[in-house]
Amino acid sequence: MVKLIIPVSKPEEGAAGLTGIWRSFKPIIDQEKCKHCLMCWLYCPEGAIERIGEDKLTVKINYDYCKGCGICADICPFKAITMVREE
Amino acid sequence: MGVSKVLTGNYAVANAVKLAKVQVVAAYPITPQTTIVEKIAQFVENGELNAKYIRVESEHSAMAACIGASATGARAFTATSSHGLMYMSEVVWWAGLGKFPMVMAVVTRALAPPWSIWSEHNDVLAHRDCGWIIFFAEDNQEVLDLTIQSFRISEDEKVLQPVMVTLDAFILSHTATPVSIPNQSDVDGYLPPPGSRRLPFILDPANPLTHGNLAYPRNFMEFRYEIERSMGNARKIIVEAGREYGKITGRYYDSLIEPYRCSDADAVLICMGSSAGDAKDAVDILRDEGYNIGAVKLRTIRPFPYEELRDICRNKRIIGVVDRDYSFGFGGIMHGEIKSALSDLHIPVQGFIAGLGGRDIRVEDFIQMGRKLYHIIESGVGEFPPIWINLRREVFR
Amino acid sequence: MSISIRDLPLEEYVLLGNAACPGCPASIGLRMLGKALEGKFILVVPACCTSIIQGPYPKSAIKVPVLNIAFAASAATASGVRAGFEALGKKDVQVVVWAGDGGTADIGIQALSGVAERNENIIYICYDNEAYMNTGIQRSSATPYGAWTTTTWRGKTEFKKNVPLIMAAHRVPYVATASIAYPLDFIAKVRKAAKINGFKYIHLHAPCPTGWRFPSDKTIEVGRLAVLTGMWVLYEIENGVFRLTGVSKSLLEKSKRKPIEDYLKLQGRFSKISDEQIDLLKRHVDELWMEYKHLMESG
Repeated sequence: MVKLIIPVSKPEEGAAGLTGIWRSFKPIIDQEKCKHCLMCWLYCPEGAIERIGEDKLTVKINYDYCKGCGICADICPFKAITMVREE
Repeated sequence: MGVSKVLTGNYAVANAVKLAKVQVVAAYPITPQTTIVEKIAQFVENGELNAKYIRVESEHSAMAACIGASATGARAFTATSSHGLMYMSEVVWWAGLGKFPMVMAVVTRALAPPWSIWSEHNDVLAHRDCGWIIFFAEDNQEVLDLTIQSFRISEDEKVLQPVMVTLDAFILSHTATPVSIPNQSDVDGYLPPPGSRRLPFILDPANPLTHGNLAYPRNFMEFRYEIERSMGNARKIIVEAGREYGKITGRYYDSLIEPYRCSDADAVLICMGSSAGDAKDAVDILRDEGYNIGAVKLRTIRPFPYEELRDICRNKRIIGVVDRDYSFGFGGIMHGEIKSALSDLHIPVQGFIAGLGGRDIRVEDFIQMGRKLYHIIESGVGEFPPIWINLRREVFR
Repeated sequence: MSISIRDLPLEEYVLLGNAACPGCPASIGLRMLGKALEGKFILVVPACCTSIIQGPYPKSAIKVPVLNIAFAASAATASGVRAGFEALGKKDVQVVVWAGDGGTADIGIQALSGVAERNENIIYICYDNEAYMNTGIQRSSATPYGAWTTTTWRGKTEFKKNVPLIMAAHRVPYVATASIAYPLDFIAKVRKAAKINGFKYIHLHAPCPTGWRFPSDKTIEVGRLAVLTGMWVLYEIENGVFRLTGVSKSLLEKSKRKPIEDYLKLQGRFSKISDEQIDLLKRHVDELWMEYKHLMESG
């Protein structure tokens, strides 16, 4: 098969690089306050909040890609997420 | 071999589309191509052609729909002319630069203002840079034959570029002449099965790919170079496709140009489209008068037939190029291209402008041009800018 | 048929590391679209923010087939894709246009009207960030009255073009409005559309932090206020029958709607809006609600 140089791209993580470096503020989850409502997972524009654990109800932030927009912190009904300034 | 029918150029296109078992047709009317899509509508509605027929709301959408269809791997076709081609121009470029195989018939027609429905080549030539392979047909037989061949050429994995088959307004589009139509079974054997194309890109959820997203300067030039490589391959594949076509029909199209009585000629007239027939008649008459003149018909202008043209022209004393088009502030477009292609051979290349807005280019005009070439050889002085044939100069007094 | 968050599939069709601004509503919308259709679709994307969100060659952030196309051409291109799939016997793939408001309400409206009139079997989703955002926040016909943009420094002087009602006038099987602030309502609408044969139009409100001038963490809050103040209405028109959906159902009565100022004051693009302009805006919103009420009552 002929290999052609064509403007066709493959789906891959990190298309725009490790977008975690864009952050000025970083979300920190207080797992004690978290009631597993999954609103943060739902609304994260990046899909950078992972659902882990056996029941997939524990949430964990992927800091490689989190852009620090703060939506998760703003939307959490239990104020379980705080935005902390990056060093 | 085939069945002979009296067909207009437009109906020849429609019959070719039917034989090629095109799967998606995008249709929008514009004089003088409309009867192409009308005839195809009849074929589809009475079950002779099993195609999806999209009655789009503009030519821009016609080309967009063809790109969408081509992106699924389906065989797509549309037809247009003049302002329709200009309106779809943006997406014509997209099809060429995106490497979307498809075939489009363009009935060459003058641009406005003023409105004109008659033949001129500016519409097609304005798209000579965008990666489309472009054929000019001399007669209705060529129209049918080239349209069928175009699907094979376009879908060849070493080409994968869209192809334009052009025919002159009214002279070919609306004039009925006998045309030999190949058998369906012969065409089935000649063309790949419609929709069988898979690579290098089709839309398929099982293998998600993104076509056309942003490319930085460090990646961009190579895409363009690849298109040029495809054009290079096309030179051979057009000839091959033409030769294979000859095996099933007896009509061989194994060259990008068609020379006529050139081997011992001093002077050669180059033209394209429907006027080529008159050029050949003029050559015969001039030969009887003792002029050693020949003619060359350009069948393909993209890819540009450098080698063939240079081979024919290299030992000639003068070349004449007849443009049924004009580039304001420059001159005849094909004149410029051919002069440039032959520049290192140091042969005078004289330009002629004829037939704009459908004004007849008659055998007498070619005879006049042929004699003019000989005057130039004798006087040693060419005319620059190009000579306008049959211009009514009295209008300017 | 209520969907709950926990019912949503885990799989992501928008991959990590896309090029969207922080807080981007288009990114949220695309994620939700992926979860609604679970990857069984192809996207036709005209020039818009999403053209860039995909990221540059040789990678793409979108895990479904994407055909990028020229600005005005998305609807017609989708038409061709659908025809191609039909010709090839591929009937179980959704053909989805994902276009911005510019490519829908302005330059793309001709092709959009064409596919609607022909009732082509595609889902057309306009994600509406109410301006030409990709080129740096210029006014489109979807920009609301009074909003600042780089081509309306003193605020837009025309009201927002009502594309969903234009689509309804084409008598297509399904028209809906949605908001990224109410993703479950959006997902339900996408899934409903996917079951219908014919032309489906969904207009998705997409509050843009960058263009509307609010902090990136407020995207959902702004989106919710748009609906709660009645500035954005959630509805669907199925075979000509109009019905309000979600929280909009309870907002027919004007007193139930929050004051519009609550919505406007969060956005920098309305920071210079005058009281007269706000009055006109309020009147316009009220008139629209009267229209929707009438549509509801006339069945």
